[in-house]
Amino acid sequence: MIELNPFIIFIAAIFTNNMIFSYFLGMCSFISVSNEIPTSLGLGQAVTFVLTFTTMLNYIIYHNILVPLNLEYLRFIVFIVSIAAFVQLVEMIIERYFSNLYYTLGIFLPLITVNCAILGVSLFMVIRNYTFLQSVGYAVGSGLGWTLAIVAMAGAKQRIKNNKLPKGLEGPGITLIITGLMALAFVGFSGIVQIQ
Amino acid sequence: MQTILTTTAIVTAFTGILAFLLTLANKTIANYGELKITINDEKEHIVQGGSSLLSSLIDEKIFIPSACGGKGTCGYCKVKVLEGGGPILPTELPWLTEEELDDNIRLSCQCKVKEDMKIEVPEELFNVKEYETTVELIEDMTPEIKKLRLRLNEGEEINFKPGQYIQLKVPTYKGNDEEVFKAYSIASSPMNKNYIDLYIGYTGGIATTYIHKFLKEGNRVKINGPYGDFYYHGETNREMILIAVATGIAPILSILRHIKENNIKRKVTFYFGAKTPDDLFELDLIKNLEEELYDFRFISTLSRVKEEHNWTGEEGRVNVALEKYIQGAGNKEAYLCGSPPMIDSVIKVLTEKGFTEDVIYYDKF
Repeated sequence: MIELNPFIIFIAAIFTNNMIFSYFLGMCSFISVSNEIPTSLGLGQAVTFVLTFTTMLNYIIYHNILVPLNLEYLRFIVFIVSIAAFVQLVEMIIERYFSNLYYTLGIFLPLITVNCAILGVSLFMVIRNYTFLQSVGYAVGSGLGWTLAIVAMAGAKQRIKNNKLPKGLEGPGITLIITGLMALAFVGFSGIVQIQ
Repeated sequence: MQTILTTTAIVTAFTGILAFLLTLANKTIANYGELKITINDEKEHIVQGGSSLLSSLIDEKIFIPSACGGKGTCGYCKVKVLEGGGPILPTELPWLTEEELDDNIRLSCQCKVKEDMKIEVPEELFNVKEYETTVELIEDMTPEIKKLRLRLNEGEEINFKPGQYIQLKVPTYKGNDEEVFKAYSIASSPMNKNYIDLYIGYTGGIATTYIHKFLKEGNRVKINGPYGDFYYHGETNREMILIAVATGIAPILSILRHIKENNIKRKVTFYFGAKTPDDLFELDLIKNLEEELYDFRFISTLSRVKEEHNWTGEEGRVNVALEKYIQGAGNKEAYLCGSPPMIDSVIKVLTEKGFTEDVIYYDKF
């Protein structure tokens, strides 16, 4: 494995290895909350925040608890539990002490406890043997990439809001088609960097 | 075997620690202590902070309509929040119109109680309940009218506006095999929240037969309410013309008691119509009111006066007295309670005097 610069991983996670457009992870909130740009942006920020910190947390748990005990196979259950607990805790803290932040970010937290992009990043970090810094770069990049995707989708949806659609395509149908088209467009970035 | 045990142990320990942390956080960080919710500027409820307004209200037995159970997907649980709701959340926006936003309407399932709050709940919604009451007193007012005092269970309260009515549930009895609800205006003061007084005139119908012939002191009666948009309007200082016949006096008495107890300084004239002197009742009470109220005049008028009555007061129906005493409609409002023909004839007189619809409040029964 070549030692990749964390910054390269960061860029790749946004463009070439986008969580939505190349892995189709975190789709549920992506489809249902992408109606307005401000809301999407709020959700995107929340995802980025949670991704970054849970990845760091899970890195520590994995390398300091699971690996020494030879319990790597427990990572799925341990990661998901730690993510859920972390999100809960952060929500409580934000709600109590940063009320302004709560109204822009906090209310989205419960929505993303079970966002698979978040578990996905923690698992990729393990599969790809990232170092701590690489993991952080990857997490931040993935979060920003996810934000970029959902905001772009919200923009597109706002543009087509008043257009006539075939009945069967309204709502999630057209969202998935647009996602597909955007994913094709993102393939265009693949020349920049490649990680895998 | 070894692996299974370590796995179980580790997972248990891990989740256990996290659960402990979260419980601790719940007890400390998410503990907002006891907070006060003031509803409609009068009722105060002390609640445990931290949960949604909707569930806090339910704990206080105030039921805001909600179809989705607090998930923010039905938009029914709207409540006006005057103070302490924090900014509008994105999860509420889809359900609120521009006007509602300007009006501080919130979805109570999304809005959390994190500080003392002041809210407004539509009175009807907040109040309509079923009460199980005990008949404390049945008293003959006239040969045909009985006064009924219904006492609520200890600790229960009924909040109503002076002028509103309740529905009394008439059970089946000998000669009647259907349950019916019948509306009666409350005559007692809204300040007395533990009992209500009703006046019930005998008509021979299902309900009045039950009350006059079957009901005994100590019996249990179910009522629900309060209802009605006939009630005292305190927003102006207009002169008040109160007009009632027979048991129509009930809501008027409630309004007069309200005026007395709140020391309201308005000019009030009460026209009370009956057939003979025997049909006039609660005169002592009204006499007291005449002495105690700021500017109160009582005019009773009888429609069937005979020589032996020695009646020196007004004669004829109430509309005759109104014709005689009311000079113009300037800065006056009228409250009418009685039978449909009486209401219609009085409205006619008042309209001729220049009263507009918006200053005539009435309750037809």
